[in-house]
Amino acid sequence: MSETVTVPPRAIDAGAPMVELRGISRRFEKKLDFAGRIAQRLGANVREEVVHAVDNVDLTIRKGEVVGLVGESGCGKSTLGRMVAGIMPPSDGRILRDGTDLLDRGSAAARELKLRTQMIFQDPYASLNPRMKVADIVGEAPLVHGIVSRSGYDAYVDEQMRRAGLDPAFKRRYPHQFSGGQRQRIGIARALAVKPDFIVCDEAVAALDVSIQAQILNLFIRLRTELDLTYLFISHDLGVVEHISDRVVIMYLGRVVEEADTETVFTRANHPYTQSLLASVPRIESRKRAFSAVKGEIPSPLNPPPGCHFHPRCPHAMDRCRVEKPVLKEVAPGQRSACHLNDAA
Amino acid sequence: MSAAATLEVRNLRTHFFTRAGVVKAVDDVSFTVERGKVLGLVGESGSGKTVTGFSVLGLVDSPGRIVGGEILFHGRDLTKMSEREMRDLRGNRIAMIFQDPMMTLNPVLRVDTQMIETVLAHKKVSREEARQRARDTLGMVGIPSPDERLMSYPHQFSGGMRQRVAIAIALLHEPELIVADEPTTALDVTIQGQILAEVQKLASTTGTSLIWITHDLSVVAGLADDVAVMYAGRVVEKGPVSQVLDVPLHPYTAGLIGSVPSRNKRGEPLRQIPGMTPSLLNLPPGCAFRTRCPRAADVCLTEPGIRELQPGHEARCFIPMNTPTEQAA
Repeated sequence: MSETVTVPPRAIDAGAPMVELRGISRRFEKKLDFAGRIAQRLGANVREEVVHAVDNVDLTIRKGEVVGLVGESGCGKSTLGRMVAGIMPPSDGRILRDGTDLLDRGSAAARELKLRTQMIFQDPYASLNPRMKVADIVGEAPLVHGIVSRSGYDAYVDEQMRRAGLDPAFKRRYPHQFSGGQRQRIGIARALAVKPDFIVCDEAVAALDVSIQAQILNLFIRLRTELDLTYLFISHDLGVVEHISDRVVIMYLGRVVEEADTETVFTRANHPYTQSLLASVPRIESRKRAFSAVKGEIPSPLNPPPGCHFHPRCPHAMDRCRVEKPVLKEVAPGQRSACHLNDAA
Repeated sequence: MSAAATLEVRNLRTHFFTRAGVVKAVDDVSFTVERGKVLGLVGESGSGKTVTGFSVLGLVDSPGRIVGGEILFHGRDLTKMSEREMRDLRGNRIAMIFQDPMMTLNPVLRVDTQMIETVLAHKKVSREEARQRARDTLGMVGIPSPDERLMSYPHQFSGGMRQRVAIAIALLHEPELIVADEPTTALDVTIQGQILAEVQKLASTTGTSLIWITHDLSVVAGLADDVAVMYAGRVVEKGPVSQVLDVPLHPYTAGLIGSVPSRNKRGEPLRQIPGMTPSLLNLPPGCAFRTRCPRAADVCLTEPGIRELQPGHEARCFIPMNTPTEQAA
């Protein structure tokens, strides 16, 4: 199953935005339990706990681009990915897909556009129905949506499997009969079977061994050129993101802290969080080096620090950072960062 | 064996006798860990790296059994020791850190209870002294306000802090050897960085030797002195980190290095290894890597032994890469 080796074009069609997020937020509320409700009625100061998983994010993904979305656990990257893919409604804000509002439930156009966005999940063990044969996992959706007819079904499924690097001879098998890497290929074949032009990959290679991870990354790169795909690539692994992305967005506790093209992020990061994240990543090129450590822990998203969320761990924090939330603004052409230090100069 | 060696493993074989057949999880593994040095034990899932670590601590359970070889800890063979003697060593002079700290910690006991118990298991000291020791060790691994934290339960700690507690418990008796099995794999990068920094400091200040089991070559690159690469139960290459990672001899090591995204040119295909790891129940005859190897030839149908090809740098391959003759050609 070796992938054909082709180098994708680097030039980005700087044209139309494919997906635009405008002021997207997502809150999760934990309802009060019975005792809590009684206490509240009796006048006690108990409130429902609210997690701002994603807090007022603006993001544009242009056609043909691979955008890497990076952050540590609890930063809201998966929640954002789910909203972009249309499987979770945002609490606030608008999502425009090719200029059409995706949240317009009644509209046939929005439904059609949602189908053209597909998602690939982290866990290839949990994201496939164990009771379905591979052929049905891959072929069910295109049949339902009228992309393929009954008569052309078999040939269509074979083609989808072959494209993802699976032998169509295995199509009568069940997911448990495949290895982790092959299951991820099934997930990819399923996503591509409905002819999407935009793919959200949520930690799609995180669960795989290094050598298998390389195979799947190569498959993503090949499919991108073959099918003219646009990716939102969500990962905690900076090495993977550096390799595959054209542009990188960094999130911390629900907010975007920095956004720039990959080269810029990895050579001239502006935000102190990005800088410390990069300093923490072990690199295969380094030898017996002293690991530098960002101090402190990731705060709980239930109770994020006021002002700039990063200030308790930031080596440059000043008084202003403790009270005022920094806005994301352009610090260099194509590079946006949310840090008060940029105003101080 | 050199005087400085803390641990020397010679031709270790640990097999699992399952209904489906004998699984040779560890098959002829040898390596040496010197005092104050870090050995990185690298491999993909199923390569036998964890079973090797468990074997050193005598933690292999039925249907698994050590069927051959020696594990010399300061010259004494651990495989020949009685369970009582092993218990004296385990947690005292040899400690283990697991990937999931909840495997070390009891969820229903306070941290102080667990730490004091560990101290008293091997030392005749008063509870108060044991408590002091527990508090000092927590401080040493970078846990803020250790006095208060001693009174907490494991669930009150974050993942990174829990792993620090597990490391602190491993350090209570200042062991000469720590076997760490993927201890930072489940942690976020910034937290991993913190723990790696602590561990590095400890190894250099206390002279503790470490076996760091991981699938992540990048961690090994920055942390270890020596590295042993495992594939299908065997060590296929070992040597000093700079040698193994800069001029790998075994095609599998080269393939692993090529698969790591950061080193490759952005957007271009990674140099992947075709195929997948074979099942240990049904390994191809000869070299186990043969079916995935770009350099395989007829000679690979017989099993290669591990040989020293450069000073201190060994590989289990008939047609190694980057040898002087090859570079000249």
